[in-house]
Amino acid sequence: MDEILDGLTQIDCDILVIGGGTAGPMAALKAKRKNPKANVVLLDKANVKRSGAISMGMDGLNNSVIPGYATPEQYTKEITIANDGICDQAAVYRYAQECYGIIQELDEFGIRFQKDENGEYDVKKVHHIGTYVLPMPNGDTVKKALYRQLRKARINIINRYMATRLLTGEGRVAGAICVNTRSAEFLVVRAKAVIMGLGAAGRLGLPTSGYLYGTYENASNSGEGYAMAYHAGAGLANLECYQINPLIKDYNGPACAYVAGPMGGYTANAKGERFIECDYWSGQMMQEFYDELQGGKGPVYLKLNHLAEETVAEIERVLHIVERPTRGHFHQGRGTDYRKQMIEMHISEIGFCSGHSASGVFVDEHARTTIPGLYAAGDMANVPHNYMLGAFTNGAFAGLDAADFIADVDFASFDQGEVDAERTRVLAPTKRDDGIPPNQIEYKTRRLVNDYLQPPKVTAKMELAQKRFEEVREDMDQGMYVRDSHELMRALEASSILDCADMAAAASLYRTESRWGLYHNRVEFERDNDNWFCHTILTKGDDGKPAHRKQDVKPYVVEIAEDEKDAYDKQRVSATVAAE
Amino acid sequence: MPLAQTSTTVPVVVNDDLCIADKGCTVCVDVCPLDVLRIVETDDGGKTAYMKYDECWYCMPCEADCPTGAVTVNLPYLLK
Ligand SMILES: Cc1cc2nc3c(=O)[nH]c(=O)nc-3n(C[C@H](O)[C@H](O)[C@H](O)COP(=O)(O)OP(=O)(O)OC[C@H]3O[C@@H](n4cnc5c(N)ncnc54)[C@H](O)[C@@H]3O)c2cc1C
Ligand code: SF4
Ligand code: SF4
Repeated sequence: MDEILDGLTQIDCDILVIGGGTAGPMAALKAKRKNPKANVVLLDKANVKRSGAISMGMDGLNNSVIPGYATPEQYTKEITIANDGICDQAAVYRYAQECYGIIQELDEFGIRFQKDENGEYDVKKVHHIGTYVLPMPNGDTVKKALYRQLRKARINIINRYMATRLLTGEGRVAGAICVNTRSAEFLVVRAKAVIMGLGAAGRLGLPTSGYLYGTYENASNSGEGYAMAYHAGAGLANLECYQINPLIKDYNGPACAYVAGPMGGYTANAKGERFIECDYWSGQMMQEFYDELQGGKGPVYLKLNHLAEETVAEIERVLHIVERPTRGHFHQGRGTDYRKQMIEMHISEIGFCSGHSASGVFVDEHARTTIPGLYAAGDMANVPHNYMLGAFTNGAFAGLDAADFIADVDFASFDQGEVDAERTRVLAPTKRDDGIPPNQIEYKTRRLVNDYLQPPKVTAKMELAQKRFEEVREDMDQGMYVRDSHELMRALEASSILDCADMAAAASLYRTESRWGLYHNRVEFERDNDNWFCHTILTKGDDGKPAHRKQDVKPYVVEIAEDEKDAYDKQRVSATVAAE
Repeated sequence: MPLAQTSTTVPVVVNDDLCIADKGCTVCVDVCPLDVLRIVETDDGGKTAYMKYDECWYCMPCEADCPTGAVTVNLPYLLK
């Protein structure tokens, strides 16, 4: 294993789904069920059995719209406000209408959701306004249940192939180029439609631990989705709206206010005082978090030590076995106990992820990108505040639409030269005798991201970043060196990470206003609704560098009253609640 | 410019007395999302899984899915 082999195979399928994490499997299932004759291929860099953000399971659905608790109108309104108004509501509204059906389907797969004594879903309030969080008592089974369905539906699964570039022709998608991560052999997949569910760009910023893989996101999500969409000419929206999360310091996993909040836990400053009203992740909330840290009142903590023993035990049971099961080991190693002390939190590295923000490959309410036949869903598509149920539901939309799309088309022809060029690019680091290993290219890129791109954003710093990224790119193109196919995978990831870093800098410089709290806090510019109440769309320009344009926010489906618009701006508690 | 040999302590350890890689098991290698585990021959001619690349998300499928309980996931030293 791991030697570099020379080989290229070509296969054909009707629908190629790239990324078998959360959105991808649901897209594949829906497409296959709608058109059982279609040849659906699900391809992943890892092993679909245990890949993606939900690899070990999930604590609950963060954004479920359940009749009796919330209406699609309320949800659409809340997400629009949480996202500072920049939101094409059609996609959010359709999600809100149809996600309940997906919950019922997941239920049939054997994934249980918490119910109260009357057998009703036991939904919790975490958001600023509405009630949407639904715990999953057997959340550790979610990936297994999904995998069973994939086998049952006879989806063709290809593991350990990393997609590196999309193929296009005749003005639409034509397939993808993939590389085996254990042999460096190429697989060219011709497809009539391609659905991307490659997750977040989780390895963009460097965690403060300095460990390249100690990221908040699953570290196998290194931004290829964004890079591939970019190089294929698709539009990417609002990339300046970074994802930044409040996490357990060093461990870098979610503090899980969503689990602990409804049970009485909260985010506190060094004095044990609550300083934010609502622990739901938003840019405005992160700005308050940042201000508390910078204002001399930090560190910031997760506070549970005022809760009853049974409550703490229950929180531990959920947090230490499901989503990030090493969390218990971490606290044990540190000698920290929720009962005795508060747990130190901090601000995560930056990344792209629509899960909790608004950036990503631009899609409409059918998960269609700007390239015909190409779809995107989940963390990499720009439907805001997607989370797990958003990935499932929008993945379903993509699968359903793609099943229709392929009915009327044949394979698009593409230029064979694209495949040759990609082979040359991919294999270049294998042709040298020595040089710079990918981990150093990656470390340097990500360290520069931290130094110059992390908010508060400063123009001169971001321009410096662009200059330094160019130097790193030169080093990467001319001198990167790998010894085996595993290192080659890391080299290709380093290249996606650098593409994402370039996009992050360019998008942040383009929007000359501040918006989304900390996510796009540009210190030299105020919020400017007159000029910037719009999406920004980034594409690959003719010069091979990011190009930008503004795009109108579509007229709202659900109106928002003037006095509701700033609900998420009021995050700081007015009179500080004293510590118990 | 030859590459240096910088050592690093890895977070995932395999108890080779429990590991049944010589019977053909590759479960942990198969499931790891970061693809950092491999099988190697031991000094006594047997086989065992081990962590070849220090690139771990401390996520735990390797430990959870190992049929014999041979794998222990510790936290990477830099963040523990
Ligand atoms: C620690 C953590 C906790 C969370 N907690 C919750 C929660 O409690 N509730 C909730 O609702 N949401 C939660 N979320 C968010 C939710 O898990 C994600 O929004 C959702 O799973 C994203 O799905 P996805 O399909 O976009 O990405 P993923 O599920 O991550 O899938 C991406 C897939 O793409 C594959 N891939 C990547 N690059 C390539 C490539 N080049 N070629 C081929 N394949 C590739 C990966 O291997 C992976 O399988 C959490 C996320 C994290 C990280
Ligand atoms: S899963 Fe367990 S038994 Fe199997 S190879 Fe890995 S360590 Fe050995
Ligand atoms: S903890 Fe996760 S990343 Fe680390 S070796 Fe195990 S499966 Fe792989």
